[in-house]
Amino acid sequence: MSALTDLTLKAALDGLAAKDFSSVELTKAHLAAMEGARALNAFVLETPDEALAMAAASDARRGSGDAGALDGAPLGIKDLFCTEGVRTTAASKILGNFVPPYESTVTANLWEAGAVMLGKLNLDEFAMGSSNESSAFGPVINPWRANGSDRKLTPGGSSGGSAAAVAAGLCLAATATDTGGSIRQPAAFTGTVGIKPTYGRCSRWGVVAFASSLDQAGPIARTVEDAALMLTSMCGHDAKDSTSLDVAVPDFASFAGKSVKGLRIGVPKEYRVDGMPAEIETLWSQGIAWLKSAGCEVVEISLPHTKYALPAYYIVAPAEASSNLARYDGMRFGLREAGSNLTETYENTRASGFGEEVKRRILIGTYVLSAGYYDAYYLKALKVRRRISNDFDDAWTRCDAILTPTAPSAAFGLGENASDPVAMYLNDVFTVTVNLAGLPGLSLPAGLSSEGLPLGLQLIGKPLDEGTLFSLASVMEKAADLKARPKPWW
Amino acid sequence: MTSQAKLIEGRTGQWEIVLGLEVHAQVNSRAKLFSGAAVGFGAGPNEQVSLVDAAMPGMLPVLNKHCVEQAVRTGLGLKAQINLKSRFDRKNYFYPDLPSGYQISQFEFPIVGEGQVEVERDDGSTFTVRIERLHLEQDAGKSIHDMDPHSTYVDLNRSGTALMEIVSKPDMRTPEEASNYVKKLRSILIYLGSCDGDMEKGNLRADVNVSVCRPGAYEKFRASGDFKELGTRCEIKNVNSYRYIREAIDYEARRQVGILEDGGKIDQETRLFDPTLGETRSMRSKEEAHDYRYFPDPDLLPLELDAAWVESLKADLPELPDEKKARLIKQYGLTSYDAGVLVAEAARADLFDVLAAKHDPKLTANTITQSLMTFANATGADVTANGVAHIDAGALSEYLGLIEDGTISSKIAKEVFERMTAGEGAPKAIVEKHGLVQVNDTGALEAIIDKLIADNPGQAASVKEKPQAIGWFVGQVMKETGGKANPGVINGMLKSKLGL
Repeated sequence: MSALTDLTLKAALDGLAAKDFSSVELTKAHLAAMEGARALNAFVLETPDEALAMAAASDARRGSGDAGALDGAPLGIKDLFCTEGVRTTAASKILGNFVPPYESTVTANLWEAGAVMLGKLNLDEFAMGSSNESSAFGPVINPWRANGSDRKLTPGGSSGGSAAAVAAGLCLAATATDTGGSIRQPAAFTGTVGIKPTYGRCSRWGVVAFASSLDQAGPIARTVEDAALMLTSMCGHDAKDSTSLDVAVPDFASFAGKSVKGLRIGVPKEYRVDGMPAEIETLWSQGIAWLKSAGCEVVEISLPHTKYALPAYYIVAPAEASSNLARYDGMRFGLREAGSNLTETYENTRASGFGEEVKRRILIGTYVLSAGYYDAYYLKALKVRRRISNDFDDAWTRCDAILTPTAPSAAFGLGENASDPVAMYLNDVFTVTVNLAGLPGLSLPAGLSSEGLPLGLQLIGKPLDEGTLFSLASVMEKAADLKARPKPWW
Repeated sequence: MTSQAKLIEGRTGQWEIVLGLEVHAQVNSRAKLFSGAAVGFGAGPNEQVSLVDAAMPGMLPVLNKHCVEQAVRTGLGLKAQINLKSRFDRKNYFYPDLPSGYQISQFEFPIVGEGQVEVERDDGSTFTVRIERLHLEQDAGKSIHDMDPHSTYVDLNRSGTALMEIVSKPDMRTPEEASNYVKKLRSILIYLGSCDGDMEKGNLRADVNVSVCRPGAYEKFRASGDFKELGTRCEIKNVNSYRYIREAIDYEARRQVGILEDGGKIDQETRLFDPTLGETRSMRSKEEAHDYRYFPDPDLLPLELDAAWVESLKADLPELPDEKKARLIKQYGLTSYDAGVLVAEAARADLFDVLAAKHDPKLTANTITQSLMTFANATGADVTANGVAHIDAGALSEYLGLIEDGTISSKIAKEVFERMTAGEGAPKAIVEKHGLVQVNDTGALEAIIDKLIADNPGQAASVKEKPQAIGWFVGQVMKETGGKANPGVINGMLKSKLGL
């Protein structure tokens, strides 16, 4: 890894501002790293020409002194964000070679801030998965390996490409999305920082929809400060998204390094699940200790409906997905497999265009919304969702933020959970509650497993209180002082 | 007054019809319900389609506030409950003219709740139709099956256009009641300006629910609210003229009676009316009905209205047909019939108000409801507040003035009006050009009358016993003067000459 790709986003922006190097140089270094890391399968599309043109334009802006907040920083974009004139696939065959004639609001915000696009990042098909194995482009490989092992590990999902690329130094930071943990679990598996902001912070306009009431964009970066810098540029009110929040966007990076003295940290007893590895328990205790020594007060809290969260999530998300994905019908864009009549064309197109996991969720979603099942499943799930939200509301009377593990294990091997969808869904056990309640959740690397793999802790905040999460996370980041990076084997 | 059921005489006894309507009214709006795309008739295929309408990946709906306002105003016009909290749901089904694979509608919580409409029958009697609800929803695109033998073409211009679905309770009992209900509804919508009411373009169309039952059953239903008292209904989709509504109901009711009398049973189904054959035919049965999997649209927040805003819309509502009719009767002394004819179209009543401010109300009402409407019907032109086609309100006012000041007689007036319709210009110019001025010259008239009496002594004598026979003399004078004599003047002179 060259020095330029080792820089944090913050350091790179400082270097650009100081004219230590140009954006073109920085971008070329990352393009070279990408080329050398194709074995990771992190990118589904590299856009070097666009990247260099954007970098040159950025250097020109720097020259004339009107640089934006992220000017010249090369980023990776999860291929769920529509990018004008650049193929967007959601890692699905059904979108074929779809080239959007529009730019998602979040990426448009980044380009407005001067950022440079390196390419489109791999993901689970339509962001449905926890291992990146459902991608039509094949799985992403985690740049991390267990000590002394060459077994291929998952970077997690669905933002596996984003997490792997950031961890491997292929981009300074990346966009990601999180419907049930798709930013936080991959961040935990790759030793990176990921935050899913409050629902409505980032516009969903131009992001291929999975489950509208849960989907939320956010960044993956290598440091807490970098994630804060990214989020500040990504979010903001958008009149084109009716669920977008019309609230001011603070300078999130200013919260990193702030004192957390006197903050009350909730530790939910229901998150101590059966079969959780002891080293995750230990890590969690370590996190609690760090915050205590920084002056936080730690309180045990109860989120009594936690055990219903995963089933509720796997009803609500597929229900919305079954409807959101109805537009992929072969009629206007993407794949079309003609049949002898309309129904056959629909069947052929969707049968060959969607992968197994997507089909499974469409079937589940269709089932739970069907006449006679709606009340028992979908309506019940909405009630559970309300209870989970109430649990958090109650918790906020006793604490200012909540600390939990991000995932119940370290990164697992490719193929390990592939045959058991339910085991795969269990990866989301600590993260889905946050989406169901629309809260901000941040994952940061807090230690390494006995096998030398990164482990993450999750901070959950009050609505719109991302600032506190960044303050707490930066305290923990400093305390953890993790120097380990994946050793390049690719 | 309650409904008067139409009786159908069957072999096994009498049957009654029960009718409920779902009227789809396109909201008068320059933009669609959830996208910024334009709405308009006559644009080339797929020229008014936004990325949202085409359901491109990642596109999101944003509610058009103007459409919400029109729905609320319409609800107020229907004297209905306005629901300050309502919700949009997705109705899921696959069809090429439905790009997103779901229609955004309001299933469980509509924006407008129960209301009512007073409807006139042809005989002038009235009855009440209770409104069940009004909700906002998107229209689908158009599938064109007859352009190519092997392909279907899809035009998405209409896709996403805002519709108000107005659902009535089953309160109509005859084909006439159903079509008059739609007429009244259309009139209210046009008064409000919330829908242009253009049925030919499909901007107003009705789904008609038809069932039949034995006499007495309907009254039991009204008492208990239990639909089991009524027969199984069939829904006739998308009927878009008053005549078709009546014909479709007539056919459908007889079809159902026929089946029931043969010992059969009615299948609940959706049917289509074929105007050329005058028949309804099955479109899909209950078994083939879609499971629409309604659920709240997660892309949209619940719709919450401000009570003060609703009140302000209520305060700004225009005068609606019922109120206008009552006012015309009270203010101008019009008959209920004339007032009814005038208010049936907002523009007609507006024109009346403009003219009646300066002219005799009865004369004005007759001129509009007879001469002007005959002309409008013959030419297919619309009556507007400014007149009809080239006959503007100014010309009409001049015309009424000529009658009122005695310049032209009612008989000449007819000729003047005909010349006006033929485009001969302003009424005064026509009168001058053709010498149509009423003869008020008593000297000239006296000579004619004296000669008449002298030539017809027998008639003159009989008038003394039968004063109404004076009409014969009046007629003769009019004939002599080519209709230009002032009938009032003739009468007076005749009376004095004949010693009456």
